Amino acid sequence: MARKLLLEHINVPGINTFDVYRSKGGYAAVEKALKTLTPEEVVEEVKKSGLRGRGGAGFPTGMKWSFLAKPEGVERYLVCNADESEPGTFKDRFLMTYIPHLLIEGMIVASFALGAKTSYIYVRGEMMPQIRILEKAIAEAKAKGFLGKNILGTDYSLELYVQPGGGAYICGEETALLESLEGKRGNPRIKPPFPAIAGLYGCPTVVNNVESIAAVVPIINDGGEEYAKIGIGRSTGTKLISAGGNLKNPGVYEIDLGLPAEEFLYSDEYCGGIANGKRLKAVVAGGSSVPILPANLFLKTVNNEARLMSYESLADGGFVSGTMMGSGGFIAYDEDQCIVRNTWNFARFYHHESCGQCSPCREGTGWMEKVLHRLEYGHGKMSDMDLLVDVSKKIEGNTICPLGDAAAWPVASAIRHFRDEFEWHVTNAYEATTRNYGIAHYADPLNAVVA
Amino acid sequence: MKVTIDSITIEVEPGTTILNAARMIGGDIVPPAMCYYSKLEGSGGKCRTCLVQVSKGSEKDPRPMPKLVASCRTTVMDGMEVKNISSPEVIEARKGVVEMLLINHPLDCPVCDQAGECHLQDLGYEHGAAKTRYEFDRRTFERIDIGDKIQLHMTRCILCYRCVFVADQITDHRIHGILNRGDHSEISTYITKAVDNDFSGNVIDVCPVGALTDKTFRFKNRVWFTKPVEAHRECENPKCCGKVTLWYKGEDVLRVTARKDEYGEAEEFICNTCRFDKKKTADWVIEGPRKVSNKSVISSNHYDTLKPLPVVKTNPVLQQANKEQFERETRL
Repeated sequence: MARKLLLEHINVPGINTFDVYRSKGGYAAVEKALKTLTPEEVVEEVKKSGLRGRGGAGFPTGMKWSFLAKPEGVERYLVCNADESEPGTFKDRFLMTYIPHLLIEGMIVASFALGAKTSYIYVRGEMMPQIRILEKAIAEAKAKGFLGKNILGTDYSLELYVQPGGGAYICGEETALLESLEGKRGNPRIKPPFPAIAGLYGCPTVVNNVESIAAVVPIINDGGEEYAKIGIGRSTGTKLISAGGNLKNPGVYEIDLGLPAEEFLYSDEYCGGIANGKRLKAVVAGGSSVPILPANLFLKTVNNEARLMSYESLADGGFVSGTMMGSGGFIAYDEDQCIVRNTWNFARFYHHESCGQCSPCREGTGWMEKVLHRLEYGHGKMSDMDLLVDVSKKIEGNTICPLGDAAAWPVASAIRHFRDEFEWHVTNAYEATTRNYGIAHYADPLNAVVA
Repeated sequence: MKVTIDSITIEVEPGTTILNAARMIGGDIVPPAMCYYSKLEGSGGKCRTCLVQVSKGSEKDPRPMPKLVASCRTTVMDGMEVKNISSPEVIEARKGVVEMLLINHPLDCPVCDQAGECHLQDLGYEHGAAKTRYEFDRRTFERIDIGDKIQLHMTRCILCYRCVFVADQITDHRIHGILNRGDHSEISTYITKAVDNDFSGNVIDVCPVGALTDKTFRFKNRVWFTKPVEAHRECENPKCCGKVTLWYKGEDVLRVTARKDEYGEAEEFICNTCRFDKKKTADWVIEGPRKVSNKSVISSNHYDTLKPLPVVKTNPVLQQANKEQFERETRL
């Protein structure tokens, strides 16, 4: 079993309290960073670790930190994005519920590296218990002198606040999050300027995912180079995967990046295979917004190589036959699931969550949802599939923020890979309302590539 | 700074947006804009009709931009090369945006007061498809009165946010805004509170469609039957410029609006007294007829007359002169 970095002590009773966390070596990274390292050295360690953003886009965290503008006399902010709302993703909530001090510790180190005197954790409004847990943890850390004025006797001071959001998916987009944090309507800003130049209250700001910030702790403890040894290629370190769907053992798993997808899915150490002895039909590998893949394409790439759980391998094949790491929301579908219904459900979500600011996304998401609803309930037409692909193309890339892309990709990929199932819903409209299409050929071995 | 738009190069100040650079060149290469309003700070970027392709980022960094960009909010870089109407990708994307804007817009132009001076109508005419592919019920709302002079017909709104910016920047305080989210979002006041600021009438002028209409003009006449005349008065309000366009039908002033430039943007904002209360010729100093583009339907009944007058009909010299004149006028 691979070594766990984030969830090592997750099963220790009382790890959510300061004392137990501290006795297990917690807050060592704060001591090390504040007493022996300069902020630049911390950034350098994170750069060396090759840590990539765990929130979805996979942008190197160290690089993001080094882009932060540092004009004299202007406040800088670190904001932790805990607005985890992607269907299928629940890793951050798990982390915050059971081991909140890891996030607090990461926040202190990261704020120190960036020179932020005030930092915020923006938590999704629905996660009220987690907000209470974090507030309690912050109070504990403050009482022990890890937050507030002159932390550990150094001249570094930090105030950390938890801000509940209103529960909107769009506020997970960094500029919408900043707007919401400022107390405005959560509409994404038009970029440029990027938050690294003008973010919260117009000051340079870094927005990082919960897991990215938590991962800073082992990076500082062990050193960036040590962290970079885990993983494969440019996907370094460990990643939390929240596995859900028709799995024998759904839950949050910490994996070394580069783990074979087949092993992750079928080994008893992880998901343990498909529940009730059924067969795998399809997989959404990284949260609802990444392209869905049929079983055969998920386990093997088109070149018949085993697919690995890493940023590169999952993206192998691009949008034609690949998917994305995303935020690690792993959803498995067994042979009894209906892809049309699932696609409609995703489209319904994006329709509901579109902020309504720019026209392609505002109108297009609703349109796609209506067409998919029609298909699912047996009123579809053969031309609907082409219509959906065309509408998704009109949305993709033409919007202010990535929500438009996120809404377009699942629809386009479902039609690309499962077109016969959609067509079956049109030709056998009545039957489609009483039973599902089944696994069909989606798990068959891939044909050899012919040049 | 040098910027090239559709192979036409122009020298502009640093900080100019692509859209404004294109407007300096003028002509067909100007991207259409539904939400951008040059007089309102922070507007733009939302409707996505002004998307353009940047095929060369700048002299220093010649890489093209990966996505189409909103020209109203992207500033030019030295040596930037932009493709608007010369890029099939842009035309395709713009078609898509127009389609999206129209799927929830009622096609009630025959009864809409904005018809004839509606930006969405022009945009749909230029870029839209003849038939809709949308087969579902359109979004509808009840009409609400915001204040005693303005009516909001939310069904027609394309959520450009211009009126929100006007309320923020021109009036003393804003009491209307966007409620809800996604395609349910609507412009509204809180529990139909009246918008009764001195400058609130400007929301009518900035509205690109017929969502915000002047209640003193509603259903009075079609704009192309009215005659626009420029006029001014000494307005008691120090913030009001008093320069307006009067829209005449016969001897009556049917409505008063701010003067609008060729992109349909008000040159200067006017107060509600000038707009709603001064509807007599005696209130105004007339400057002369307003120039209206001969492409506009407003000009169709007044300026370019195809039928020669009776005296011309009988005089071959005048007939010839009239013909030449007409050809000269319509050549552009």
